Amino acid sequence: MALDQSYIGRTYAPSEPYEVGREKIREFADAIGDDNPAYRDPDAAKALGYDDVIAPPTFAIVLSARVATQVIHDPEFGLDYSRVVHGEQRFVHRRPVRAGDRLIGVLTVDNIRAAAGNDIVSTRVELSTEAGEPVATAYSTLVARAPAGTPAPQSTP
Amino acid sequence: MTATVNYDDVEVGTELPAASFAVQRVNLVRYAGASGDFNVIHWNQRVAESVGLPDVIAHGMLTMAEVGRVVTDWTGDPGSVLEYGVRFTRPVVVPDDGAGAMIEVTATVGAKLDDRRVRVDLTATSAGAKVLSMARAVVQLA
Repeated sequence: MALDQSYIGRTYAPSEPYEVGREKIREFADAIGDDNPAYRDPDAAKALGYDDVIAPPTFAIVLSARVATQVIHDPEFGLDYSRVVHGEQRFVHRRPVRAGDRLIGVLTVDNIRAAAGNDIVSTRVELSTEAGEPVATAYSTLVARAPAGTPAPQSTP
Repeated sequence: MTATVNYDDVEVGTELPAASFAVQRVNLVRYAGASGDFNVIHWNQRVAESVGLPDVIAHGMLTMAEVGRVVTDWTGDPGSVLEYGVRFTRPVVVPDDGAGAMIEVTATVGAKLDDRRVRVDLTATSAGAKVLSMARAVVQLA
């Protein structure tokens, strides 16, 4: 099913602030099996020059994916999430996300296309502090795989 | 930012210490909870198969996080990662067989950039197949 191309270029209103907590960073670091002290110990983070514990480079997905639900789970957009796999992901960090940050995300739909029966959606989420300091940009491409009856692709374009 | 690796000490082709990571179903459950990504294909074999997947597959973001650790362990400062991007080319299939999947990671300095930054090129394989392509990080060195 082709998705509505009119969403391309749409930028959504800024999200509510997400407050990054030390324990959330620790939980995420535990889940990815990374025991780096900079994710847990404020003194270890300070020794690296940060005001508080910092988050792993991919932690920003916790915020950006939440912000992207505005389009991904928009019933009118019609993406079948059970068929969605991740195609591409990229982060650009101006600085690491750290505990105590209150971050706002602005979602833009960069592209929508179809290839080999798959629907491919590319989004961008700009994360910044409430004060307007840019922190990171998360670029995501999600692929809704072709429905059953067509061969499952071995790779996503 | 205080990377422990000095820009002057690395060349194009410098290899980072390789690593391998085991992924079992429990890791997917933990990652789902910590990340908020509860897509059923990461924990429900019946649904995964019904949408044409061979079995439950790992979150791409879990693979990306584990692969990226090769870079952050190397520099000593996770904040040294200025950019990090991957393409997910094949799913990491995680069977419920007590062993799960293994992800093997290698990394090499692919380019020296300005401002004492380098580009690190990463490879990740599972069950003998490349699971990522264009996996690259731009890293600030000392």
